Amino acid sequence: MTLLRFDDWTSPVPPVEREVLSRLVEGEDLQPPLLFVPGPGMGAWVFAEHWLTHAAGRGFPAYALTPRENGDLRAHVHDVVQVAAALPRQAVLIGHGTGALVVSRALGRYPARAAVLAAPVLAASVTDRWATLGAAVKANPLGTLRRRPRLNHKQLFSAGTDADAYLSRMTFPRRLAARGPVPRPVASPPVLVVGSPDDRVVPRKSLDRVATHYAGAPLLFPGMAHALMLDTGWAEPIDAVLDWLTKQLSAVG
Amino acid sequence: MQDTPDIADRRDAVCVIGAGASGLTTVKNLREHGFAVDCYERETSVGGAWNWRHDRSPVYANTHLISSRPLTEFPDFPMPDSWPDFPHHSQVLSYLERYAKHFGLGEHIWFGTEVVSAEPVGDGRWDVTTRSTGGGSSRVQRYAAVVVANGHNWAPAKPEIDGAEDFRGQVIHSAQYKDPAQLRNRKVLVIGAGNTGCDIAVEAAQQATTVWHSTRRGYWYAPKYVLGRPADQVNDRLLKWRLPLRLRQWLYRRTLALTTGDLTRYGLPAPDHRPYESHPIVNSQLAYYLGHGRIKPVPDVTRFVGGQVELADGRRVDADLVITATGYTPRFDFLAPELIDAGDDGRPDLHLHAFARKHPTLAVVGLLQPDSGVLPLAHWQAVAVARWLRLRRQDPARAAAVQQKESARPLQSWSRRQVVPSRRHWFEVDHIAYLKAVEELLHEMEPRA
Ligand SMILES: Cc1cc2nc3c(=O)[nH]c(=O)nc-3n(C[C@H](O)[C@H](O)[C@H](O)COP(=O)(O)OP(=O)(O)OC[C@H]3O[C@@H](n4cnc5c(N)ncnc54)[C@H](O)[C@@H]3O)c2cc1C
Ligand SMILES: NC(=O)c1ccc[n+]([C@@H]2O[C@H](COP(=O)([O-])OP(=O)(O)OC[C@H]3O[C@@H](n4cnc5c(N)ncnc54)[C@H](OP(=O)(O)O)[C@@H]3O)[C@@H](O)[C@H]2O)c1
Repeated sequence: MTLLRFDDWTSPVPPVEREVLSRLVEGEDLQPPLLFVPGPGMGAWVFAEHWLTHAAGRGFPAYALTPRENGDLRAHVHDVVQVAAALPRQAVLIGHGTGALVVSRALGRYPARAAVLAAPVLAASVTDRWATLGAAVKANPLGTLRRRPRLNHKQLFSAGTDADAYLSRMTFPRRLAARGPVPRPVASPPVLVVGSPDDRVVPRKSLDRVATHYAGAPLLFPGMAHALMLDTGWAEPIDAVLDWLTKQLSAVG
Repeated sequence: MQDTPDIADRRDAVCVIGAGASGLTTVKNLREHGFAVDCYERETSVGGAWNWRHDRSPVYANTHLISSRPLTEFPDFPMPDSWPDFPHHSQVLSYLERYAKHFGLGEHIWFGTEVVSAEPVGDGRWDVTTRSTGGGSSRVQRYAAVVVANGHNWAPAKPEIDGAEDFRGQVIHSAQYKDPAQLRNRKVLVIGAGNTGCDIAVEAAQQATTVWHSTRRGYWYAPKYVLGRPADQVNDRLLKWRLPLRLRQWLYRRTLALTTGDLTRYGLPAPDHRPYESHPIVNSQLAYYLGHGRIKPVPDVTRFVGGQVELADGRRVDADLVITATGYTPRFDFLAPELIDAGDDGRPDLHLHAFARKHPTLAVVGLLQPDSGVLPLAHWQAVAVARWLRLRRQDPARAAAVQQKESARPLQSWSRRQVVPSRRHWFEVDHIAYLKAVEELLHEMEPRA
């Protein structure tokens, strides 16, 4: 818990126009809004493809944020908290890939209703960073060892996805530098980690470590690649997330 | 038996008094820590001082924040970053309304309900008597704790000035000043150089035919911007670098000399204290209008005589509207003074300006005057109160140890001692020193792993 926030007080993050896509629910909003956060380089569109509509169909107003260009971690966290605070009600934050890193930091700033870290690239520890790099080098040696590491078909998608079309819409910015430990979430929201044992970006061990950090176990979707929300089996993880959420929300009453 | 209403036992619930910024953050943080909360608000909506619809709201049409946005917002619910550095009061109200809605606070607030008394019943619990604002019957309920968030900027402190009965003009307190139209084409004398007095003097300079600004001492008038940034943000940079006070005071004098310039040139008295020894006055336009002769500085008012206003230097001015911008007094009508260790002057003595010294289940949130926005400090006070009440319930032995440790915390570590002795500095704190003290308290109460 940091009370003295000199960075925020003396050099606020410069504002930008933010792209937020949404699929809203007609009538009364009984469920909290969901805010999906992709990693930099992917836009809100990756969630608009399937997950937003699906979540709205199950009664959750769903939003997705496009990360700003050339932002550092602090700027991305700022954007997530800005968008979350602008939603009508306390939001559930759902981050994917490097977006999960951003969400894990935003949780130290904003009292989320709940949070989901999907295929999280948290790189919280040195072990994690090497394991993630190791997995990436194995799957995509040329792409990984660049200043702006690229992900390829094999890493992102399993067979049967329209990988080329998706890949052409992605950019691959520099890795986000993350300093300091992962903060303890304010207001202790329930946190779920989801991923795949066959993800060639996030090693299985890394999923376990992240889940343990939040005192849980990862929910696994074997056979799926890193891009859970675009891969052929996209429906299964989002349904599981919404089931978990429904249970958590009713548990608190 | 009408006179002895049944006491409804609310068991572990906490009573919060007021739904201004401080009350709202108290409700939110108590809820986050698992407490049931009943919040009573005598007005019909949230926002407290920032809700200009409330009769007691001290804001006037052109009020803008003096603390810049990043130093004013709640730390876990930022204001939109598309807002200006110094938002308008209506934006602050909409921010507080959104905060209440976002966290679903409305369902815990009883509007139009005034707390008329809160009495300890002995075992740490409280009997709280409420009455609906329109009159009507009262009701007593028993709570595990009471958190007071009633604000301290709504009860006008009006100076006694002799001879008011034969003054020809009108005398109002700044709380009654709402709209520049009240000043148009009048001869206005403004008393007091707090931020209110300075704001009104500037508005009068734009509206009135003649403006006198009466101050009983010299002050440091700081501009809203220095080096192209909001002044409080620049000041915090110096604090971040941990520059010693003496050096900051020197820099302050230099900066003021280079921006506002020497105000004694216009006839203002020189400050009778060093920089940082009085509540910051932040106003870029006052000096401008002094320089244009639109505001005439005058000394303290001694009395009204012959229909005019007499000044300390013997001069008389022919004002037809006198606005006393002489500040506000804290009021706790619903509490016996000894509960908050208030002296005859009404000044409460609370640990961290928040915790009642002899009543561990009584706290006050927002009774602060920082060199930053109030909201961030009120938030952390509320978190500390919630943690404290939770610890007391879950681990009384550890709570007692924390209390013991806190009682040894030196006053000067969190409270501003080096200030001009004036009522307006009763609750003056340095936001950095204050937050450090609260941070330490929070660490002591951290849940054990
Ligand atoms: C002109 C002006 C400008 C200011 N500018 C700034 C600024 O730039 N930045 C800043 O941070 N602060 C500023 N302030 C300070 C301002 O007071 C705080 O920002 C903030 O409003 C404090 O909130 P609060 O909840 O403590 O008190 P309030 O806003 O006064 O709210 C108290 C609430 O309690 C209710 N209440 C009181 N007694 C009872 C009772 N017995 N029963 C039930 N309800 C009750 C009242 O109706 C009210 O709604 C300014 C103040 C003034 C006067
Ligand atoms: N734009 C803004 O955001 C804004 C605007 C207004 C107010 N505020 C805040 O609101 C709070 C209240 O401010 P305020 O200006 O209304 O009150 P204040 O800060 O208490 O200032 C009162 C002024 O009146 C003088 N005074 C008091 N009693 C007097 C008497 N009997 N005779 C002559 N002079 C007397 C004081 O002089 P001494 O110094 O000698 O005591 C002081 O100059 C402050 O926290 C302030 O920062 C903010």
